[in-house]
Amino acid sequence: MTTTGSAPASAYESLRERAQAHWAALESRPLVRVGMDATGRAAGGLDVVASFRTEVASHGLQATVSEVGCLGLCFAEPLVDIKLPGGPRVFYGNVTPAIARELVESCLVKGVHRPDLALGTLGEGPAHGIPRLEDQPYWKLQVRVATRLCGTVQPADLNQYVANGGYAGLAKALAGMTPKAVQDEMTKSGMRGRGGAAFPTGTKWSFLAGARGAVKYVLVNCEEGDPGAFNDKGILEGDPLTLLEGTTICGFATGAVQGYVFIRHGNDGPIEKTRAAIVEARKAGLLGKNIMGSSFSFDIDVALTGESYVSGEETALMEAIEGKRSMPRARPPFPANVGLWGKPSNINNVKTLAYAPEIMRNGGEWFATIGFERSKGTAILCLTGAVKRPGMYEVPFGLKLRDVVDGIAGGSPEGSKVKLLQTGGPLGGVLDARSLDLTLDFETMARAGAIMGSGGIIVGDDRVCAVDLTRNLVAFCQFESCGKCFPCRLGMTNLLETVERICQMQGQAQDLDLMRSIGTTMQAGSLCGHGQLGFNPISSAIRFFEADFRSHIVDRRCPTGSCTAVFLKPTRTRPVATSEWYAKREYAKT
Amino acid sequence: MLRERVRKAITSQPQPVVTVLSSLLAVEDEMGYIPPEAVEEVAEHTQSTVNDVWAVASFYTNFRFTSPMERVVEVCWGPTCHLMGAQEVMRCAQELLGMQGEGDTSDGKVTLKYNTCLGACSQAPVVMADHKLVGRCTPERLAALLRAERTGYHAPGAHS
Repeated sequence: MTTTGSAPASAYESLRERAQAHWAALESRPLVRVGMDATGRAAGGLDVVASFRTEVASHGLQATVSEVGCLGLCFAEPLVDIKLPGGPRVFYGNVTPAIARELVESCLVKGVHRPDLALGTLGEGPAHGIPRLEDQPYWKLQVRVATRLCGTVQPADLNQYVANGGYAGLAKALAGMTPKAVQDEMTKSGMRGRGGAAFPTGTKWSFLAGARGAVKYVLVNCEEGDPGAFNDKGILEGDPLTLLEGTTICGFATGAVQGYVFIRHGNDGPIEKTRAAIVEARKAGLLGKNIMGSSFSFDIDVALTGESYVSGEETALMEAIEGKRSMPRARPPFPANVGLWGKPSNINNVKTLAYAPEIMRNGGEWFATIGFERSKGTAILCLTGAVKRPGMYEVPFGLKLRDVVDGIAGGSPEGSKVKLLQTGGPLGGVLDARSLDLTLDFETMARAGAIMGSGGIIVGDDRVCAVDLTRNLVAFCQFESCGKCFPCRLGMTNLLETVERICQMQGQAQDLDLMRSIGTTMQAGSLCGHGQLGFNPISSAIRFFEADFRSHIVDRRCPTGSCTAVFLKPTRTRPVATSEWYAKREYAKT
Repeated sequence: MLRERVRKAITSQPQPVVTVLSSLLAVEDEMGYIPPEAVEEVAEHTQSTVNDVWAVASFYTNFRFTSPMERVVEVCWGPTCHLMGAQEVMRCAQELLGMQGEGDTSDGKVTLKYNTCLGACSQAPVVMADHKLVGRCTPERLAALLRAERTGYHAPGAHS
């Protein structure tokens, strides 16, 4: 350490100088940023960005049109921000190609912003009567740490990342800290895993650091199969370099040689952005041999999985990287000792690692000042469903759920009331409207029978039937059971049949007890969370909405009329392996 | 010809670690499906057996084993989309395409797929038509997406 102690510091300094010059040049010209992650594209962002490019070119303007990730204000997508030199960022929501043409004409050609179309401003400078974003409830309640640059920097652009504080954390670690000190900093921060289990991150890293072996792996879980959650993909699409820096810090702290970012095939945005970021980091000596001139070497690759929800389970994830069926392994041995290819491994969620750069840069104590009791820092929530402002919001732990659902997301649409919250993914739980008074932290959520999980909160209003939603969740869990453990494979099928029967007003008096019995068996007899928690959606729904179930079973009536007799869903779980052509081939007969 | 394409896909994977799954995904990207020849080629290239490869190919639900249709329409049935009206969109898709569930149309032109989550939940209900995401989808918007003048495709159940 002593011989190379100053190398990372000077390597970082030259990196930072170059980056700041680049950023200053970027801000010296009009800058148009268009949100182009999955949400932006679904809202029509492709046409909007094309319109900006065409107009800028046809006017012969010296302006930069940049495609960025999601700022989190998904309700306003396609969201565009236009920054004129010396002015604040001015955000325009729900932009269409026609509005884009108007904005180019007004903002870029004439240099005049359009308060009539603007959503808000961010940053210093004359605002022309446009409200500040910081004064809006959906912005002022947020503390953006892991997602601080999403929607601001061009994904995978190293200069933009470094100019905004990127790689300062890694440089600090490499320049003068021991791996143990980095682990301690994470412990001091109170950081707990954001993938669902909420395990203390510093402790987890120390397990891998203490494991024997020359080859160790850091695995980053971006499988994110939870319907209703898109924050992992949001980070990768918005700011993949934060994840790479965090992963590298983890690699240094644990003595790992290689990291794998595990993403589901088909998520082209996150995959391409991450790969591009890896190329940039390697070019700048931030991945590979002797990072920043230190003695530490580490590399990262993307590993793809096919469509399978269970792939996101830590041992199944390793099976998938090894190229096999993603079915969970029995534990022990635990991954920290026997993981990927039998080597010590550490699996972290994308969000967890995305915090590491800021924790290292500002110190663990700083992070521990944010949050609440044992839940330090922030939660990255995906608020969707029946709310006025669905989006991805990063909020400090300790807010009330009401602050989040009503304050940030604007509550349910006019004329309806919030009835239920579905949190933590399909294996999480359902809460009722009284739960809005709960505090947002790991312990309170777990005690209430829901979990924080991956941060998805789906809001249902009073037009939603709890039984109908349960049918959807159970159908998902049944479809995605990998089939390895029969209590899960058969149990989920039985549960789905029972819930379907109840939705079709064919339920029987003993059905609730029957489901409890199946659920208990699944919990006891399954290797992974999919079976162990597979009864959660039903048990929590019964707990808060037993009246809804009784109404279906006893009165043969759906209180909201949403339980249709026919429920459309995928019709098969796995394709039949021995299709006709397979049977015809020679090797099939031997 | 077919085998050459498959072999090229398997051998030109960008990442250093090549496995049965990564090879199958590479073939799927190149061909749009897994032909029987690919199972044999992947087995040979990864020093596995045909059964090993089949085990993996039949497990992940993204693989298909017949050549792809001209168009793919994926409708999300995740819980957010469900609450925001996905069932009507799915029903509309089935009707327009003259189908009873997901699968390929009888004229071999369109694949209808139900996706567990397309990752744009804040724009629910979400549809992906030919790899392009469409948010806040209604039965009307879906019908427009499938309409003949855009695609040359006449949906069996479409009246326009």
